[in-house]
Amino acid sequence: MSTVFIALQANEDTRPIIEAIVADNPHAVVNQQPAMVKIDAEDSLVVRRETIEELLGREFDLQELQINLISLSGHLDETDDEMKLYWNA
Amino acid sequence: MDMKTSSGKKLGLKEKYRHMTRGLDWETTYQKREDVFPYVAYEGIKIHDWDKWEDPFRLTMDSYWKYQAEKERKLYAIIDAYAQNNGHLNVTDARYLNAIKLFLTGISPLEYMAHRGFTHAGRAFPGSGPRVACLMQALDELRHAQTQIHSLSNYNKYYNGFHDPAHMLQRVWYLSVPRSFFDDAVTAGPFEFMVAIGFSFEYVLTNLLFVPFVSGAAYNGDMGTMTFGFSAQSDEARHMTLGLEIIKFILEQDPDNVPIVQRWIDKWTWRGYRVLTLVGMMMDYMLPKRIMSWKEAWEVYFEQNGGALFKDLSRYGIRPPKWLDQISFDKDHISHQAWATFYQYGAIADFHTWSPTEDELDWLSSKYPDSFDKYYRPRLDYWREQAEQGNRFYNKTLPQLCQTCQIPMVFTEPGDPTKICYREVDYQGEKFHFCSDGCKEIFENEPEKFKQSWLPANQIYQGNCFPDGTDPTVEGFDPVSKVLEYYNIQAGRDNLDFDGSEDQKNFAKWRGMATSNE
Ligand SMILES: [Fe+2]
Ligand SMILES: [Fe+2]
Repeated sequence: MSTVFIALQANEDTRPIIEAIVADNPHAVVNQQPAMVKIDAEDSLVVRRETIEELLGREFDLQELQINLISLSGHLDETDDEMKLYWNA
Repeated sequence: MDMKTSSGKKLGLKEKYRHMTRGLDWETTYQKREDVFPYVAYEGIKIHDWDKWEDPFRLTMDSYWKYQAEKERKLYAIIDAYAQNNGHLNVTDARYLNAIKLFLTGISPLEYMAHRGFTHAGRAFPGSGPRVACLMQALDELRHAQTQIHSLSNYNKYYNGFHDPAHMLQRVWYLSVPRSFFDDAVTAGPFEFMVAIGFSFEYVLTNLLFVPFVSGAAYNGDMGTMTFGFSAQSDEARHMTLGLEIIKFILEQDPDNVPIVQRWIDKWTWRGYRVLTLVGMMMDYMLPKRIMSWKEAWEVYFEQNGGALFKDLSRYGIRPPKWLDQISFDKDHISHQAWATFYQYGAIADFHTWSPTEDELDWLSSKYPDSFDKYYRPRLDYWREQAEQGNRFYNKTLPQLCQTCQIPMVFTEPGDPTKICYREVDYQGEKFHFCSDGCKEIFENEPEKFKQSWLPANQIYQGNCFPDGTDPTVEGFDPVSKVLEYYNIQAGRDNLDFDGSEDQKNFAKWRGMATSNE
């Protein structure tokens, strides 16, 4: 088993994003650290545009994540609808 | 921030990426292709199809500008507020500022070197996908250098040691460590540069620099540093992704590439790990409010993450980097060995050192139960006692340096923390010295490159680090004061112990003025 993670700044922009990630990834573990949030998940993690839009009440472009992203691990694949992190092994 | 009216059909991310990163190049006609791309073949890496390279974020230049502009606006709003609000007086303790001085002199100039390296690599690659990605990263790195210097210039108005980072990088003994690391990378070929900086540094090691550092800044009340740190970090995720992608791309293109890449991974993981010793020391000794120990950060960001990464890469025939046993043993030791070195050489450094307080020592004992009390605490206790009696210890003899990493030979034998590790190689009738098996092997693979290392201690002894016109033969010549002059370190202000320093007095005075009506 390998862990992937995504780390985001802790601010008003990311609150609904983090909430969406938790909703879409029941296996994810959220770690609050000074001024940042690190979310770990076994094998893979998905960030879905639709879930964020529902929580946000507006349209959301996944590339907006660029502004508040701190770090991540794993292979990445981004489309209009989702951003996925995963390991192959 | 990005409200869209849904009118007409928009290109999907994949198609947009394809349109804006492919077909931008052309075949050469009146010049030979090898003359236009002279650096792409000599390293032995074979690429058959450049279009196989794809940025997984699928970021295109138009979106790039949009999001970078947003980041800059956020950053400068906070920098202004921080300066207007005397934010520098909110840091936990003025000792903390010394970690920032080390950052400004040792790291920020490297951001600029990274900018140069990525413009060079981007120019050298014939494929337009990686060229676009290198262009973005080159712009990011320039932005990092500028925003760091700009944010920290606020501290330069009030505190010592922030006044001349670019000059110092070229001269000061410990700054030759990060400097030579980057010089080695930018003078390598474009593929090695990408594996060195894109993969080994950005992907495998950068979290260890930025995450604890920026979180630490937040924890220590330093909003200025936290802000440029976060702003830079938001680019880091893209850099890491580029680093991993470039490795996969090279490995998938041709099996002959595997052994070449493996040697670079071994070399650059070790080189990067050695440079990060400075970060380890900063985390364990220089942040008045600690976030995590160096050892803990290493376990999370290197062992856990790197473990997953190398398991994944094993399907290409890549194995984990060499010397991992030693690296793993040394996580209990290197930060303490580094701090002891800087404490001793505090007379020729651009920042202050000090004796840790009793509760800081207790914290170190609890984080390093297997090593701190046994090997390091007694020495610190002794030095503190001596300092209290007016005998603050300064070492006046210059240390021997490792030919490869340029760090003083202070590291210990793998498995034996009581014995300094020395290695040597005879090459062309000369003896070269190394701190470790890793640094020795790196030299042996590229002796023609590393025999040229500009080693600061040796250069001082050869008389090459005095201001122009210095006569070392005059009566009562004081070499140290002349070296400090050459470094542009102001003796008695920028150097020596924090206790009794101008920074300490000013901070206490200004904080007093800010919190009372005296
Ligand atoms: Fe950078
Ligand atoms: Fe070394």
